Amino acid sequence: MADMIQARGLVKRYKEVEALSGLDLTVPEGKVLALLGPNGAGKTTAVRCLATLLTPDEGTAVIAGVDVLADPQGVRRLIGLSGQYAAVDEHLTGFENLTMVGRLYGFPKARARSRARELLERFDLADAGDRPSKTYSGGMRRRLDLAGALVAEPPVLILDEPTTGLDVRSRQQMWDVIKELVSGGATLLLTTQYLEEADRLADDIVVIDHGRAIAQGTADELKSQTGGERVEVVVADLAHVDGARRALAAVAVGEVQVEDRTATAAVTGGAGALRAVLADLERDGIDVLDVGLRRPTLDDVFLSLTGHASETGKPSGDPSEAGTDTTDTTTGVTA
Amino acid sequence: MTDQTTRPAPPVPRSAAAQALTDGWVVAQRNLIKIKRVPEVLVFVLISPIMFVLLFAFVFGAAIDVPGDVDYKEFLIGGIFAQTVVFGATFTGAGLAEDMQKGIIDRFRSLPMSRAAVLVGRTTSDVVYNVLSLIIMALTGLLVGWRVREGVVDMLAGFLLLLVFAYAISWVMALIGLIVPSVEVINNASFIVIMPLTFVSNAFVPQESFSGVLRTIVDWNPVSTLTQACRELFGNIGPGLPDQTAWPMQHPVVYTLGWVVLILVVFVPLSVRQYGRATSK
Repeated sequence: MADMIQARGLVKRYKEVEALSGLDLTVPEGKVLALLGPNGAGKTTAVRCLATLLTPDEGTAVIAGVDVLADPQGVRRLIGLSGQYAAVDEHLTGFENLTMVGRLYGFPKARARSRARELLERFDLADAGDRPSKTYSGGMRRRLDLAGALVAEPPVLILDEPTTGLDVRSRQQMWDVIKELVSGGATLLLTTQYLEEADRLADDIVVIDHGRAIAQGTADELKSQTGGERVEVVVADLAHVDGARRALAAVAVGEVQVEDRTATAAVTGGAGALRAVLADLERDGIDVLDVGLRRPTLDDVFLSLTGHASETGKPSGDPSEAGTDTTDTTTGVTA
Repeated sequence: MTDQTTRPAPPVPRSAAAQALTDGWVVAQRNLIKIKRVPEVLVFVLISPIMFVLLFAFVFGAAIDVPGDVDYKEFLIGGIFAQTVVFGATFTGAGLAEDMQKGIIDRFRSLPMSRAAVLVGRTTSDVVYNVLSLIIMALTGLLVGWRVREGVVDMLAGFLLLLVFAYAISWVMALIGLIVPSVEVINNASFIVIMPLTFVSNAFVPQESFSGVLRTIVDWNPVSTLTQACRELFGNIGPGLPDQTAWPMQHPVVYTLGWVVLILVVFVPLSVRQYGRATSK
């Protein structure tokens, strides 16, 4: 399978600061790569270099066989870019925005129009299509922007933090749209500060910090770097915590840790181990508040890779983010 | 959601100049839609020329003596026209400075469109502003006593010259708009260019009232020759005027057109280059 995006040794300096310090990226055709990192890690700079909006100081980048530096106009025909700040004209309606983009691709007027209607329909914007986009909600504007990136059905999509600042519902909607695009065969480079988002959407994740890649792998591979799964038991009665420890010891790899009413142990075999522990607890008549199989979150991964937390995992001003990283990674039973 | 059954054919390749014009027109249409959606902007753009006509006609009208047998109000209108279209170019700079800060510019940059299109579009849509403000000014002028005393063809030639000159100045302001960091700065920056250009000219006072070096500057200032050309074409020059001594004032139309060409030759490539730079930082 051919590589649709290939970047080697990208360097971009701004006066004293090196925004990119030798970044390599490869995205095979039809795959999704997530560029994951905190604010200021260099994600947006990388995206802008690949999308011909910035000229890197060093390094090379090739999109679908076309060199970004040698033939930027050629690259622009192959990519669709959607940014974290929706690139739409607020005075124009959704329909006018998309028609304009189509005509700037060189479409005849009639085709630009029919394509615009088609996309509005597809992105659930048909009803709002003739209203100035100024009146749109954040999620609608983001969808309109994504639609703008898809006007010419480019084989390569570059999405810079597509869900930053969106509420939970809009984010879910955006994820559905992106998943559908990928199932249609598009190659996608996606940046995100949301660990869960990378986990959901990407085939491969590159963790980026201070302008360079610090780790690469699938979500599972990255998680396994910080140790495997753990079973966690919270007992109702402090007196029973020893019983929980015994139940865990039967399946534990290494030591069982006990803290207050909570006992945890690293396990292999995931769900099987969990079932065994539950059976033991049941047999011994131990009441539990919570039992769960806890996989390390990508937050944990980031912490172990960089030695510092990913601060932006839960950005202030975005209440929707709080907690989303853990909700889906704990498959638990609440007694 | 629909399946992607209608995969478009690759865009037809076009020559660079043709693409600059067609893409520029698309951008111009987008700018014009904004006038429709935010008509307040237009209202204020059009009120200021009315204000200028009335202020100068009635405040300075009595104080300024024009040589020859012509009323100051009639003398003034050509100058007001010239001054207003030159001032109008600030709009081009402000519009571009604003565009450069908006998210939409990222869309433009990532499309395989002409690199000159945003500039061509902006300068083109601003011609519409100038046409409207000339109409408003002409009507106001007629109300205060201005008259066209030559033929219709000459009159149209006068308006055309004003528009062409304004278009050239638009490209100067386009460059400034791309260099300065914000809309606030452009208004002040353009004042530094426009105020001396229009006030050290014969737009408001006859050039006879300048002497020495200043008089030479006035005689060779293209705003003076534009004003002179308008006065001639509208027939607003009375008999008994002293003869023009400087070559530009003797051939105002040709000299003004020369400036138009010069400005475009210099500032179109400079602005396009600056746009490329500003968008790839």
